Amino acid sequence: MTDRSILTNKFDVDTIRKDFPILNRKVNGQPLVYLDNAATSQTPQQVIDVIVDYYHRYNANIHRGVHTLSQEATDAYEVARQKIQKHFNIAHSYEVIFTSGTTHGINLVATGFTSFLKKGDEVIVSAMEHHSNIVPWQMLCERTGATLKVIPMNLDGELIMEEYHKLLNDRTKLVFCNHVSNALGTINPIEEIIEAAHKVGAAVLIDGAQAAAHIKSDLQELNVDFYVVSAHKMCGPTGVGMLYGKEEWLNKLPPYQGGGEMIAEVTFEKTTYADLPHKFEAGTPNICGGIAFGAALDYMNHIGFEAIAQYEEELMQYATEQLLTIEGLRIYGTAKHKTSVISFNIDGIHPYDIGTILDKLGIAVRTGHHCAQPIMDFYRIPGTVRASFSFYNTQEEVDKLVEGMKRAKNMLL
Amino acid sequence: MTSCIFEQNRNMTIQEIQNDIVDEFSMFDDWMQRYEYIIELGKSLPLIDDQYKTDDNLIKGCQSKVWVHAELDGDKLVFTADSDAIITKGIIAILIRAFSNQKPQDIIDADTNFIDEIGLKEHLSPTRANGLVSMIKQLKLYAVAYQTQLN
Repeated sequence: MTDRSILTNKFDVDTIRKDFPILNRKVNGQPLVYLDNAATSQTPQQVIDVIVDYYHRYNANIHRGVHTLSQEATDAYEVARQKIQKHFNIAHSYEVIFTSGTTHGINLVATGFTSFLKKGDEVIVSAMEHHSNIVPWQMLCERTGATLKVIPMNLDGELIMEEYHKLLNDRTKLVFCNHVSNALGTINPIEEIIEAAHKVGAAVLIDGAQAAAHIKSDLQELNVDFYVVSAHKMCGPTGVGMLYGKEEWLNKLPPYQGGGEMIAEVTFEKTTYADLPHKFEAGTPNICGGIAFGAALDYMNHIGFEAIAQYEEELMQYATEQLLTIEGLRIYGTAKHKTSVISFNIDGIHPYDIGTILDKLGIAVRTGHHCAQPIMDFYRIPGTVRASFSFYNTQEEVDKLVEGMKRAKNMLL
Repeated sequence: MTSCIFEQNRNMTIQEIQNDIVDEFSMFDDWMQRYEYIIELGKSLPLIDDQYKTDDNLIKGCQSKVWVHAELDGDKLVFTADSDAIITKGIIAILIRAFSNQKPQDIIDADTNFIDEIGLKEHLSPTRANGLVSMIKQLKLYAVAYQTQLN
């Protein structure tokens, strides 16, 4: 379709694709074009091998057994915690709490804050949150009588930061914002959000679910209070994620769930809780998932986040240009800083219809409201088609998407 | 071809219409062609009067919006519908073609095997397949309601 090569760096996407067995499969008789990476990323063989190896060699419960298998599994799990710590430049490994994913991490913090908030307190969320970063805070406000305030956004899908600064005051206790919007791809100015919130004494939770696969964050430098991610968006398995919390906050927060593993001493009169991180890790965790999460970070770091970011940026630029050649196509989310997500519609066509036709052509995109109904209400649309890219996608796949869109448009209009 | 289909079916039984639909779908080589046909059907769907496009007439369980209205014409039940998505409109058009202008009791008694025979369900996303089930359920519920009225 074009002779312009976007591979301006040494990024060897053909070799990388060989690591992902699923990319070889066919869907509806067509080679799979997987462009739903913002929903979940695919898993490289290196990570699959770690999962298989765990069940082949050392599947055991951790932290309590005296036997060798339990010791090996515990060691591997704790090594994974250290990998996560290192990746996000976290001061202490006990500030890394394994969760079942981003939603779990958010709910843990939201529930824990119940005893810290009172009527009249204010919490702030951004207008472009995933439902998982709206509903738990609404529930928190209902429990405590605190008020939820919203940072508005402009038509480009950027937060209006002047309005944010106006919302902050001495009643503000918490601020929540996603690092990258899953529906629009906007990279939010979280440095500014965090710094301003701290000036009024508010704590900040950043939802890094969508960012973590594209941006390597230094959490100490960000000085953020809480940061949550899911492994499955960054080449790891589903059902495991990380909650980072500053030590002082994690010590203050009450445990989220009671159970084994999270206790120091139990009598029927009183239970004392275990130290961090175990205080928040009740029950048997997703051991294999945690270990595979560590392997996924190894894999991505081996390729290198700078190389990934540069490649994905070029791919997204190319896709944006090519999609805009389709008459009647409108992109939602045109922020100056964005990553790897293009949300769009074609005039007069429902996004579900486009998604259905694309699927028949082997192209996987997401359609709908992307769990961000307030954004769809803002643009007064039922939903969008969302193509989201990863470092293993190619220019040829973008061309197939554009061809597929043209075909869908011809059929549907 | 499609525009007068809804009229032609007036004197046929539900089973005869369903057999016709199965025959039509078997003529196509692949699912892209079938989708093209579904889209054509959607464009020819007898549209619901705007006054009936109310929340009450929205079918729950569909990801795209689907409105269905039913009214008696003599002893037969007539369906009209609309959707904001064209493929959904096509699917509801297939159902309406099979069930509209029929006696409520016949609609209640009708089986829906033809859906499986044309392979529609497995070619829909799970959310759309759920929507299809909701649509059939809603048409049958209308039939039950009007049958009670006729009794």
